[in-house]
Amino acid sequence: MLKVRVIPTLLWKQFGLVKGTRFDSWRRVGPVLPAIKVYNQRDVDELVLVDITANTTGEPPDCESIVDFSQECFVPFAVGGGVTSIDQVQQLLRSGADKIVLNTAAYRSPSLVTDIACRYGTQCVVASIDARHNPGGGWTCYSHSGSCDTGREVVTWARELEDRGAGEILITSIDNDGMMEGYDLALIQAVSQSVKVPVIASGGAGTYQHMIEAVQQSGASAVAAASMFHFTEQTPAGAKEAMRQACIPVRLNFVTTP
Amino acid sequence: MKVGIIDYGVGNLGSIARALEQLRVSPILVDRAIDLHGKDALILPGVGNFTDCMQILLKGGWVNVIKDEVHGYDRPLLGICLGMQLLADLGVEGAIDPRVGTAGLGLIPGRVVNLATEGCSLRVPHVGWNSIATSDSKSSLFHGIADGTDFYFVHSYVFRPDQQQSVLAEAVYDIPFAASVGLRKVWGTQFHPEKSSRAGMQLLRNFLFNQQC
Repeated sequence: MLKVRVIPTLLWKQFGLVKGTRFDSWRRVGPVLPAIKVYNQRDVDELVLVDITANTTGEPPDCESIVDFSQECFVPFAVGGGVTSIDQVQQLLRSGADKIVLNTAAYRSPSLVTDIACRYGTQCVVASIDARHNPGGGWTCYSHSGSCDTGREVVTWARELEDRGAGEILITSIDNDGMMEGYDLALIQAVSQSVKVPVIASGGAGTYQHMIEAVQQSGASAVAAASMFHFTEQTPAGAKEAMRQACIPVRLNFVTTP
Repeated sequence: MKVGIIDYGVGNLGSIARALEQLRVSPILVDRAIDLHGKDALILPGVGNFTDCMQILLKGGWVNVIKDEVHGYDRPLLGICLGMQLLADLGVEGAIDPRVGTAGLGLIPGRVVNLATEGCSLRVPHVGWNSIATSDSKSSLFHGIADGTDFYFVHSYVFRPDQQQSVLAEAVYDIPFAASVGLRKVWGTQFHPEKSSRAGMQLLRNFLFNQQC
């Protein structure tokens, strides 16, 4: 049986890791490499690293840094931010990324999703959607780190990404991001019910109970969190123990047997 | 201890090399077949397509050199993911005629077939953390690794060994399949030990330091 994953999300801005609230008010968290080492020592299931400045500055992905980071990463490593071409995807994979996170580029050239899936397999493409709740109900997708309204409705877009070859969907609630008051359960449920690929819940986790809700009530296959791990005493291992007690299949930390 | 990682141009070998360094052995990326000799152990990685990889190995002169190391020098060899599948006699992936298949390295008798055609009704590729169960005669490769331990898998094809005793561990993804195979000093893991955190590190440690024929 495949396990439900707990994934720390690392947002990388210029020289270090940051974390904001509602995609704004960024706080510095610290340098990237030590964080990757610590999460590896803590035996996490997977890491997601997104360069949140790349798509605004137009810089290509920083593959040299990815080489350094991936060498310390002994779990699957998903990398995103500023990816616009299949050549960049190839460079990132060669630099040690296992999966590519696509967001803004998917709106501009949806065929990039298909191109990556065809060349490297669907497991390589994590389609990321940042969505904001509409006053009248439903959700709208935003590109460029939450700053541009794409006009797209979230469920339709999630289905299109799946059809185009996305292997999983990372759905982030902009409204709940960094608030640590819980995921947008209705949003996650709307997406997970409309696609067959695994859905990663993101945006709003503040307690282990929030993660349990995202899985049990909204059908998430994985739960991502940043603030909760950066700014509280809670850990991915603690999350998995709580989830195990709630009868969710998780990978427990490895202990050698005699 | 010198460990040769066969670098025939597919995939990133950074994390496997770094994992070996953590185990205090010297990884050597070997990108020419003539340089393969003289290592204490060998690792055969692999990403992509069975037929493509076999063609690259043939063109680069790797096939005979690898067989010489294994048969002539009794060199321990670990194939990872597609690298494990390449140990088989035949693989259907990318073959011109899938009924015939493409010849593999032929180090462990068996065939590599598609999960879906074997009856798996779940989504393929099989991606994620999945638990393994070791065979009754527990291999030294799994020393210290309890049944039910999770490893990280990414694959669409599975190795069906001719002999059941070649299966060192099984996993289930709708259907049971070989998570690990072994024959004398040739081992393979369908999962990625270098991406399987501490459990993967323990398996690599076993491969390097705990071999029993």
